[in-house]
Amino acid sequence: MKFFSDTAALLQKEIQAEFRSHELLTTASIFILIVIVLFSFTFDPTSAESKQFGPGLLWLAFLFSASLMLQPSFLKERTNDTLSALRLAVGDPFAIFLAKLCANTIFLLVTQLLLLLVFAVFFNVNVLSIYPKLALVFFLGSFGVSTTGTALSAVSSQARMREVLLPILMLPLLVPVLIPSAEATRALFEPEHALRWDWLGILIAFDVVFLTALWLFGEYLLEE
Amino acid sequence: MSRRVGEPAGIKFSQIDKKFGKLYALRRVDFEIAAGECVALTGRNGSGKTTLLRIATLLTRPTHGEVTFTGATGNVLPTIGYVSHALMLYEELTALENLRLFARLLQIPKLESRSMELLEATRLAARANSLVRTFSRGMKQRLAIARALLEEPSVLLLDEPSTGLDTESATWLTSTVRVLRDEGCTIVMSVHGESELSRLSTRAVRLDSGALVADTRVGATFQSVFAAGGVA
Repeated sequence: MKFFSDTAALLQKEIQAEFRSHELLTTASIFILIVIVLFSFTFDPTSAESKQFGPGLLWLAFLFSASLMLQPSFLKERTNDTLSALRLAVGDPFAIFLAKLCANTIFLLVTQLLLLLVFAVFFNVNVLSIYPKLALVFFLGSFGVSTTGTALSAVSSQARMREVLLPILMLPLLVPVLIPSAEATRALFEPEHALRWDWLGILIAFDVVFLTALWLFGEYLLEE
Repeated sequence: MSRRVGEPAGIKFSQIDKKFGKLYALRRVDFEIAAGECVALTGRNGSGKTTLLRIATLLTRPTHGEVTFTGATGNVLPTIGYVSHALMLYEELTALENLRLFARLLQIPKLESRSMELLEATRLAARANSLVRTFSRGMKQRLAIARALLEEPSVLLLDEPSTGLDTESATWLTSTVRVLRDEGCTIVMSVHGESELSRLSTRAVRLDSGALVADTRVGATFQSVFAAGGVA
């Protein structure tokens, strides 16, 4: 029970701090908005091209913005050494990771679902009828990105090249998330609006494997 | 390991080495602190005081040797209060939110009243709902001390706790440490030179270049440990 109450307390803290500063949500939203607008003006895609290339572009923008959003996740805990205070107070260090990855998933998902509407306008794609199905794909993709990104944020926050290390480590590792997410999104843009469970299955497997690895080995990432 | 509240506990450092790369921060440190003892840890900057305190909190793993808690039995740890040189506080939360968060994590009963009680003791009650980032260094230090005392620790580790405190706050800290010492709390505090606070200690230990060079109890040689060089 202490594990869940610790996780809930830490998740509340993450959300409280973010909704007070708006740092992560603002940065990620502006970044995705710029990418969508720039791509739209640069390529001026037709409706067919939007459905073909839009999902890939969208998920690339999500990944790059996630690397911006996840960077401070553990870095800010180093500023005042609050990570040490948390390690002394929690029963299981996995609670620290779980709270952070849940918060990061929520922040990513909120950003994605809001900017999806901007994407729909600029790329002339009707997303309203498939919004719940897209939300499922975005959730599974975001969870995978957050799990990997949160773990790597803990690693990179202790490194010397901490500002550039996270994207370098994270982006190649997230190829197994990028491809199924983009393909599942593309399938939803097709006239049949089908949920492709083969791609979603890969996403679920990725999420489970990385979450289990984090549960087993996360403690070592926090050690000095 | 699980926690146990309020039990007296001593600390035993057994042949502790700590290396950062090729540099020895601690070298063969071996001594024991009895339950209820109040120890002043002194030495020059970079002598290894902070590293030793962090090893005592179990936040840092020694390269060689081990730290154990006497009086703790089985798979239990004493409750440890730790005031670090870094403040260990969230600047984007208020003073009350900080204490409430850690009280919740430490499963303190009546966390609201305990938090307010400590804010009043540290003269921060009027600023309970102010963001910590608006505090002065001294106020942050008082709040950091309040956070360390939330759980009524049986072992209190203080890393230069007087940093940034004004005279009134320093007096409060001294009286608080005196009360805790008299209640049987084991206290280890790193200090620079002699002060009201260091005079509360019943034992002084001096580190130099990571090695223990002096260890004396109240008596003729006690004061000399605080002087540069200390006793051999």
